[in-house]
Amino acid sequence: MSLGPHLLLAFLEGSVSAFVLALTALGLSLVFGVMRVVNVAHGEFFMLGAVLASAFAGLTGDHTTFGFLLAIIGSPLIVGAIAVAADRLVLRRLDYQPEATIVATIGLLYIIQQATLMTYGPDAHSVAPLINFHLRFPWFGYSGYKLVVMAVAALLLLATWYGITRTKFGLIMRATQFDRETATAFGVPVDRVYAAVFALGAMLAAVAGVLIVPIRQAHYLMGLDPLLQSFIVVIIGGLGSLRGTLIAAFIIGISDGMISVFFAPTLGKILATLLVALVLVWRPGGLFGAKA
Amino acid sequence: MTGKKQQKPSLPKTSALIERPKLITRRRALQGIGAAAGLAAGTGLMPGFTRYIQASSSEPIKLGFQAHRTGIGATYGRWYEQVSTAAVKLINESGGIAGRQVQMIAEDDGTDPKRGAEVVEKFATEHKVDIVFGTLFSHVVIGSAPRAGELKMPYFVVSEGHHVASGKLNRYVFQPGITDVRAQVSSMAPWISQNLGKKVTMIFPDYAFGYDHRDYFSAAIEKQGGKVTTLLPIPATESSFTKYFPQIPTDTDVIYHVMVGPGVLTFVKEMGEFYGSSHPQLFGFIDSLEAVDFASPGLEFLEGSHFWEAYPRYADGHPTEFDKFYRSKVGVDDNGASIANPKEISTYSHMFGCWETLYVIKQAIEQSGYQSPTPADKAKLVEAVESMTSFAESNEHPQGDKTFVGRIHQCFGHQYISQVEKGRLKVVHRTEIADGTYEPETDYTTKPL
Repeated sequence: MSLGPHLLLAFLEGSVSAFVLALTALGLSLVFGVMRVVNVAHGEFFMLGAVLASAFAGLTGDHTTFGFLLAIIGSPLIVGAIAVAADRLVLRRLDYQPEATIVATIGLLYIIQQATLMTYGPDAHSVAPLINFHLRFPWFGYSGYKLVVMAVAALLLLATWYGITRTKFGLIMRATQFDRETATAFGVPVDRVYAAVFALGAMLAAVAGVLIVPIRQAHYLMGLDPLLQSFIVVIIGGLGSLRGTLIAAFIIGISDGMISVFFAPTLGKILATLLVALVLVWRPGGLFGAKA
Repeated sequence: MTGKKQQKPSLPKTSALIERPKLITRRRALQGIGAAAGLAAGTGLMPGFTRYIQASSSEPIKLGFQAHRTGIGATYGRWYEQVSTAAVKLINESGGIAGRQVQMIAEDDGTDPKRGAEVVEKFATEHKVDIVFGTLFSHVVIGSAPRAGELKMPYFVVSEGHHVASGKLNRYVFQPGITDVRAQVSSMAPWISQNLGKKVTMIFPDYAFGYDHRDYFSAAIEKQGGKVTTLLPIPATESSFTKYFPQIPTDTDVIYHVMVGPGVLTFVKEMGEFYGSSHPQLFGFIDSLEAVDFASPGLEFLEGSHFWEAYPRYADGHPTEFDKFYRSKVGVDDNGASIANPKEISTYSHMFGCWETLYVIKQAIEQSGYQSPTPADKAKLVEAVESMTSFAESNEHPQGDKTFVGRIHQCFGHQYISQVEKGRLKVVHRTEIADGTYEPETDYTTKPL
């Protein structure tokens, strides 16, 4: 394949993973930014989104479009509810101490993963995509659904951005992030904000899972990869910096796609990990984070 | 929308299958002991000590089944368990092994090499089984086999890997139920070079099982005047594959693909998206689509392409009375799907290995006079298996006749090449056993017991 088409394919592949990664990592970054909680179970919310999407597809049978709409609304809602429950039952009781919550979310990771294994089973399940057309370039074909993924993810990212920067809830959230005690003094219900943020973070991961499941497949172990990648993105972008997270997601996603296509996927992972190490050494706060 | 139901989880069902025979077997064993004792005491005809001999030899033979119930091998694991359970049931119904009932104990290894070794340990120390069998994934076999050797635990794998025959493992590890990859690919290479082409790109998993394909297929195709021009190893946990396809040269004649794990359907679908209908010749190991319905959306491009099968999924591929018998006993219909749920496709090209292995175990125990898991009895058992030379096609060996080379602990059977025709597989070639046999690389019989 000559350089032009090769580059195009690399760019497309990189963009799809960048958009999905941006959604997932944004959730992780929000939770850390506002709550100072490192949510190790974040990848499991992604997996739950995918698994629930496959369950919804099972319910709706051949009505693919209906199944997809149901999944993209229903799965994040269910996952959000689970996240709220986890916040109330676990995180709040630990008073959101950073060390304790890391251990607690590791526990949560296993609980969610094993509960899925026990109910959903160990098999990979496929879900039919919303649309089934393929783009045919002269050199290669490309799944049209992957373009849908990019579009939907872009819309959701914009909506989240708008919600955080332009709405009252966003303002309250940013106030809580900025200074929890002052926010409390001004009558901000910090507990409820925390629950809402944790749910929102989980829902972003879940919706990414719903989008990815027709491309990959739903499997109870699928949460590990997005978790690791999200951490890479969040560390490079700067913990808690949403702008940094988005930019890092696109740097990592697209460069990973390019390196994977032109060289080897393993090299992409090596370089991303190396970048994390370099960032941690020279800019521990991340590229866009507050200076440590 | 066919995909979503095809592999409905059935863990509770499977475990119920496992629990039941265990209970029945224990009860039966107790009844047997009780009846024997009662008979002896009641009639007064037997000398007193006979009772005890009778009692000890009536104890069930315990077989530890190392199961991939979870992890990336779960789909295979479930079918391996279903087939093994069916075979054990049948063996028990027809009198057991050497007159003793068989008790199968399953332990999940999570398709994980480390846990695999722990499971072998648990079988030996906690369950005190006589034999361990049934492992599929090559990395689990390689992780578990050394521990089995140390514990002197006869360990019968159903893995296809060349690791047994290569001499890499030890005297206690056998593979008498399924042909190894080296023999499979060697017998396949001449047909591929004559019918599909000589310039080959290989896509294979980046671990032991894949390396067997890489090494032995490359050698075999070169012998035919062909060449593997490009190698594409895929990491075990990979979930997206499009990025690999641009590396396939445009002038390649044949894409040889073999993939395993939960991502297989994604792999094949993305290959279809990438190439559409104009692709090089495709030759796949059925592993790439084992347990997957050929009617799944996105697989239409496979029409006309070829697959290796160890045992034809569709009943018209190898129509024998033995196959009919075997299919009905393991609950698989003529399309290779579960009778209970036609959307659930079996791993037909692999799972027969468990069935045949169990009958080899039966033969070995009966021939050797094996009684209990003592070092002396185990040595007798190992030597009995090593002395075997062939298995005739029968209800016990429904896949076909096989030869067995005791020195390398490996069996050799016929292989099939099938073409996708109207969304199903049609057998176009059956290899001879001799096509795949090779000079033994090792001699386990000279190793200490």
